[in-house]
Parts: sequence; C-alpha cells; structure tokens
Amino acid sequence: MPQLSCKKLCLGYDGREIVHNLNFSIEKGDYLCIVGENGSGKTTLMKTILGLQPPVRGKVETDSSLKKNGIGYLPQQTLVQRDFPASVWEIVLSGCQNRGGFHPFYNKADKKLAEENLAKLGLSDMKKRCYRELSGGQQQRVLLARALCAASDILLLDEPVTGLDPKVTEELYSFIENLNKNDNITIIMISHDVQAALKYADKILHIGGKTFFGTKEEYLESEISDSFTKGGTLND
Amino acid sequence: MTDFISTLSQYLSYPFVWYAVVVGALIALCSSLLGVTLVLKRFSFIGDGLSHVAFGAIAIASVINLTNNIFFVLAITVICAILLLRTGQNTNIKGDASIAMISVGALAVGYLLMNIFSTSSNLSGDVCSTLFGSTSILTLTSTEVTVCAVLSIIVVAVFILFYNKIFVVTFDESFADAVGTRSRLYNLLIAVIIAFIIVLAMNLVGSLLISALVIFPALSAMRVFKSFKAVTVCSAFISVVCALLGILVSIVFATPVGSTIVAVDIFVFFVFFIVGKFKKA
Repeated sequence: MPQLSCKKLCLGYDGREIVHNLNFSIEKGDYLCIVGENGSGKTTLMKTILGLQPPVRGKVETDSSLKKNGIGYLPQQTLVQRDFPASVWEIVLSGCQNRGGFHPFYNKADKKLAEENLAKLGLSDMKKRCYRELSGGQQQRVLLARALCAASDILLLDEPVTGLDPKVTEELYSFIENLNKNDNITIIMISHDVQAALKYADKILHIGGKTFFGTKEEYLESEISDSFTKGGTLND
Repeated sequence: MTDFISTLSQYLSYPFVWYAVVVGALIALCSSLLGVTLVLKRFSFIGDGLSHVAFGAIAIASVINLTNNIFFVLAITVICAILLLRTGQNTNIKGDASIAMISVGALAVGYLLMNIFSTSSNLSGDVCSTLFGSTSILTLTSTEVTVCAVLSIIVVAVFILFYNKIFVVTFDESFADAVGTRSRLYNLLIAVIIAFIIVLAMNLVGSLLISALVIFPALSAMRVFKSFKAVTVCSAFISVVCALLGILVSIVFATPVGSTIVAVDIFVFFVFFIVGKFKKA
C-alpha cells in the first residue's frame, strides 16, 4: 500500500477546475518534485493533500499508518513573518502543537523533540536568536525544523529556495536530501528549479497542460520534459 | 515635589481613587496583551473601527434608556468584530474599506441619534466624554469595578490558555491550518477578545483613544525585545505602568485621564525607539 495516493483527482478553486484526473502514488521514502508553470495548480494540489481544501472530484488516500495531521508543511514565507519578533526556539516549538489532544502548554516530550530537530538542522546555537535577524537560508531551516516537529513521515515543501542565493540554495537542498536519505522522510516539493528537481528527486509530477507522473529517468525521456527543461530560460 | 506627593497621598485616601487605579491597571493589562498580535497581523485598524462601533452602541443604549449598557455594547461590538474579520479575510482592500465604512458610519449614526433623541442638557459634554474618556473613571461604583475585574480576569485567562495557539496563528496561518489548528476559529477568538477589551477600555480612555492603549505598548516593546514572550510581557508591563502614571498625573494636575495616559504611552514609545536604535548599533 502506497503511503499516499491520489485517485482521479480534480482540483480547482472558485468553481474553476484547473487540474483534471490526476493519478499518482508515492511510497515511504520517496522524493517527489512537483513542477509546472505558474498557475498550473501546484499550490492547490498541496493544499488538497494537506486537507485544507476539498478536491472538486476524486480523493486523496493515505496509508493507515499515517497519523492524522501526519504531514509536515513548509509554506511559502509571508510578509508578516519578515518583521516578526520571535525567537528560533519559540517558532520551532510551535510545530509541536496538536500532538495529541488539547494541551495548552508544551510538555517535556515536545521540548525534547524541538531540541532534536534544531540539532538536526544545525540550529542548536541559534536557539535564542531572533527570527527576523536571521538570513533567508537560516529562516527556511527554522521553518523546516518546525515542520519536522509537526510530523515525521511526510514533508511538504512549497518552493523552499525562493529568494535564496545559489550557495545557500545548495545547502538547503542537501539538508533536505539528508532528511530523505538518513531519516527516511518522504519529501514532496514544489519547485521552479527544474535542474535541482532532476538532480535530487526520484519521482517527478508535472502538472499544467499535459500531466506526467513517473521516475526522473522516464521524465527525461518524455516529450513533456523537452519543452520545459530545454526550452531555454524559464519565465520565472 | 513634596507638594506633589502630599496631594497624591491625600487623594489616595479616597476609595474612589483606588477603584480608578485598580480598574485602570486591569484595563491596561488586558488591552496590551493582544496588541502584539494585532500589530503583526495588520489588524490595528480593526481595534479603531470597533471602538467607533462601541460609540454608536452607547448612543443607541442611551436613546433607548438602558440602565446597564455595558452588556448591550459588548454584544454589538462582538457581532461587528466577527463581521469585520470575515470580510477582512477575503481581500485586503475590501477589508480596509469595510472597516472604514463601519467605523465612520457608526460614529455618524451614533452622534445623530444622540442629537435627535437627547434627554441630556449637556450633549456636547456627553459626546466629548464618550469619545475622549471621562472623569467617570473616578465615579465608578463597586459593582462596576467588580464587572470590570471579572471581565479582565476572563480576558487574561483566555489569553494565557490559548497563548501558544495565538502565537502560531499570528506567525503562520497556513502552517497552523496544516497541523490542525483552525486559524479561522482563533482569528474569531482574537476578534471577540478585542471586542471585550474595547468595551472595557471605553471607560478609561474613551472610544477615540482605545487603539493607542492597544498598539503603543506593543510597538514600544517590539523595538527592544526579540522573542514573542518577552515582547508580550514587556508590553503588558509598559501598559500598566503608563496607565498608573497617567491616572496619578491626571488626578494631581486635573488633566483628562485618557489623553494623559496616551501621552505617557507616546513618551515611552520614543524612549524605547531610541533604546532600540542604540541596541542595534
């Protein structure tokens, strides 16, 4: 049984259908990249997987071993966050919310988990630092640690490298790769960066216009990749 | 200086002055708690809009001759808070416009009603005291003090109980939703608490100046402190100290209570602004 599968999934918003009949499934430990032009429905797909938005038709099925809210999410950064007075520790710990029932305060297990995830992403010595004073790459790592506190089975990343310089981008990718390889965490990543997608992912989902789902090797041989990867510059 | 102290100690021997001090401190504490969230979520104007709604509600209450108008005003303000937040979620421009619409509308209709159905001989005095706060803080009955204390305790308790949720919803709504913290529900909770705070604070500073009480302490604390907890604690502290100072100064120098408190808040903001600049450098 796959960890997560979408069957005949149709997505859209405001009564407009933008993705038709999507079929794909992922196994535990997969590294899936979702590529496609702007407005093709990548973020909508992600929200549907997270259960924040109902599909127009079809359904998303998850393995019974996957807990409810067992998916960690790294959303795109918002304007509010840039000037937010919060320490790294507070933000990472906030990922521990809703770990079983209503508890208004964090317990020891929550704090231990937060410590572990800080260490995993090399942030232990930045615990007390203020979020708004960190660099873009460090901020993304903080949010990644928070997502890991929320769930340790699947991570959903929405364009995690937007606005980062090439060196920091590589660094972040290698952190994500480590989580995938060493901790066997399933990665689902929306990306504009097709080259990186081809470098790190083992499965590719292309949506918008024609739909493609398969391994990276199959994708490279398919027609659909031609226009997208070799068609010169991407307009974003 | 000795004069000041002797006048002060003389005033402090009256119980009504103590009532005012206690109520003032409680209101200041409550109003500062959500300030950080409001500023960060770009909700500052909702507080302002709601305070005008409360003014309109008071006008209606006085027209229909309600004796105990606090619960009526509270109900109207809570309903408007929920309505404002709902529209605010769709698009920003719409939200902005609807806040402006409701707030100015309530102000105009309130004044109009007061004019047409006025039973009081001193209309402009009534209006002025509703808008800018009044000496009514010095004429509180013990029942009013009790109501105020109970409401404040509710606000503080709810805030502490939901502190972690409020943090997550303030920082990142999408993430909150994804982990199952329903951000819409907590936004609603925040709006209702704001409505409570505004109705409480109307006694102290009047409806035009409430936003100052909510926003200044938070903005001051944000200049200097770097964690959400530190900012929240500091802004509560600033708010209470400023309110107490303001009340005492206004009693001794016979200045209007509300504006004096806000003036102290503004002064503290500039102090923190400068401290923040030095700390960065």
